[in-house]
Amino acid sequence: MSYVVPKESCSGKVLNVDFGKGDKALNIGGENCLPFLSFEGEILNRPVIAYEIQDIPPVDWPDTVQNAYKDVSGDPVTWAKYCQNELKAKAIALRLVSTHPDRDNRSAEDAAKTIKDVLTAIEVPLIILGSNHIEKDATVLVAAAEAASGYNCIIGKAQEGNYKTIVAAALAHNHKLIAMSELDINLAKQLNILITQMGFDKEKLITDPMCSALGYGLEYTYSVMERIRLAGLMQNDATMQPPILGDVGMYVWKVKETVASESDVPEWGTLAERGIAWEAMTATGMIIAGTNLLIMRHPKAIETVEKTIAELT
Amino acid sequence: MIIIGEKISVIAKKVREAMNARDPKPIQELANTQWKAGAHFIDVNTGPAEEKGEELMTWMVQSIQAVVHAPLCLDTTNASALEAGLKAHNNQWGRPLINSTSNDPERFGMLELAAKYNAQIVALTVGKGGLPADAEERCGIAAEIMARAAEFGVPLEDIFLDPLILQVCTTQDQAMHSIKAIKMFQELNDPPMKTVVGLSNISNGVPKQMRGLIDRVYLTLLMYEGLTAAIMNPLDKELMDTLKTTDVFLGKTLYAHSYLEM
Repeated sequence: MSYVVPKESCSGKVLNVDFGKGDKALNIGGENCLPFLSFEGEILNRPVIAYEIQDIPPVDWPDTVQNAYKDVSGDPVTWAKYCQNELKAKAIALRLVSTHPDRDNRSAEDAAKTIKDVLTAIEVPLIILGSNHIEKDATVLVAAAEAASGYNCIIGKAQEGNYKTIVAAALAHNHKLIAMSELDINLAKQLNILITQMGFDKEKLITDPMCSALGYGLEYTYSVMERIRLAGLMQNDATMQPPILGDVGMYVWKVKETVASESDVPEWGTLAERGIAWEAMTATGMIIAGTNLLIMRHPKAIETVEKTIAELT
Repeated sequence: MIIIGEKISVIAKKVREAMNARDPKPIQELANTQWKAGAHFIDVNTGPAEEKGEELMTWMVQSIQAVVHAPLCLDTTNASALEAGLKAHNNQWGRPLINSTSNDPERFGMLELAAKYNAQIVALTVGKGGLPADAEERCGIAAEIMARAAEFGVPLEDIFLDPLILQVCTTQDQAMHSIKAIKMFQELNDPPMKTVVGLSNISNGVPKQMRGLIDRVYLTLLMYEGLTAAIMNPLDKELMDTLKTTDVFLGKTLYAHSYLEM
């Protein structure tokens, strides 16, 4: 008798979310089995990787990743076009870092203008991220959502402290929305419930359970992501079926393995390779855990993860 | 937990009158509110329905499924009425459940219908010899029904074993026998057998104000032993809240502050 592979079937399904418009629009989610186990179910879409850019030069990024964009990062429009045209980015994530009160404290109107300029310059879908300042994001993301009206963007992140205004803006301008909670699966579920109770369609939500870099709690992120997937697929928990986001770059490129110099730790090898490997490894862990959308920084790391996705698909 | 909404029963005066008058409105309303409250099946109890049973069951199935997109649990002792109901049932919303067969040869026809119409079936673990004395006797009867089901070509995964819940006020010792039977039933096969109870039987005959409490506590104990389904009142919010909370403790639902609202 020949060996028959045991198969597990799920009663639930990850929601299929589209973003962007025209022929460059993308879909994420839609699978009814665990990541890459296509023999057990149907996987409609591959994980998508968005290139992270920001509205001011990334002076606080480590050299390894700053250098990759040194000729273009002075201006978000040039940077976005470079990612799209030269690096063949499928999606771009623009972080409005300058609006943070501790940075340039730029106004919501300034942010709206940047969004409009970038959207006019590119064709690939745009993810619009605030500066992760609860109060400021509540005004910045509202203006950004309005400026991006009609572009079917993903905006975020809505958190417990500011979700109401951001949800209303995403609803009014028909965008998708990232809901972020702080590394706690029960809080992630609760936030999704609160957002849908405002009349926001769960099929437009993306869950960000919060990220952590390899060596700095990745296993905890991994476990939360995996449990979200299992609740959505196995328990058919509708509140846990939105696609998952892994905001990898911003967490990876500040840990010591990506910044410590070769003279300080010669046994760790070349700094440039080390940082890229760290970002690629963190991202790979997350797609195995069930992440549908990744936000990453270094082109080489992205290339590596794209290759892994292709091999696993 | 699979919830089978129990409200559409010939025993209820309002339902009986609507049935007799062939007035679909009250029945559709009851079906719809139960479905909205979380019922996965709607029980349609027409009793023996000896006169015009076939026509009545067909009318009931069609009236309910016109407004509720869920499968039905067809509850009648009249086999030809049951068959008419199975014919009328819209399987697009899920496979029907027959309530019920038992170890009484008079009820074997139900197994035949389950096989013929690819329906699931409740198997009450009673036989001709009266009420079972304990969990072991219930298991013995269950094993006989399972063998009988195999003869008729009904797969074991389509059977919901029902230990028969008796009223606590007159047969107190039976309460634990039924709970133990739920646990033992699951061990009769791998994958485990499914189980079902008619929950409100436990509080039959006790003063009205105590019924809710008794049903709730008993449900929790049954769920702890692995109960698959219950014929119960999904409009009873306290009962539903108890069920959801038990599911949280059993790890079948992920906790969130708003879990009761889901």
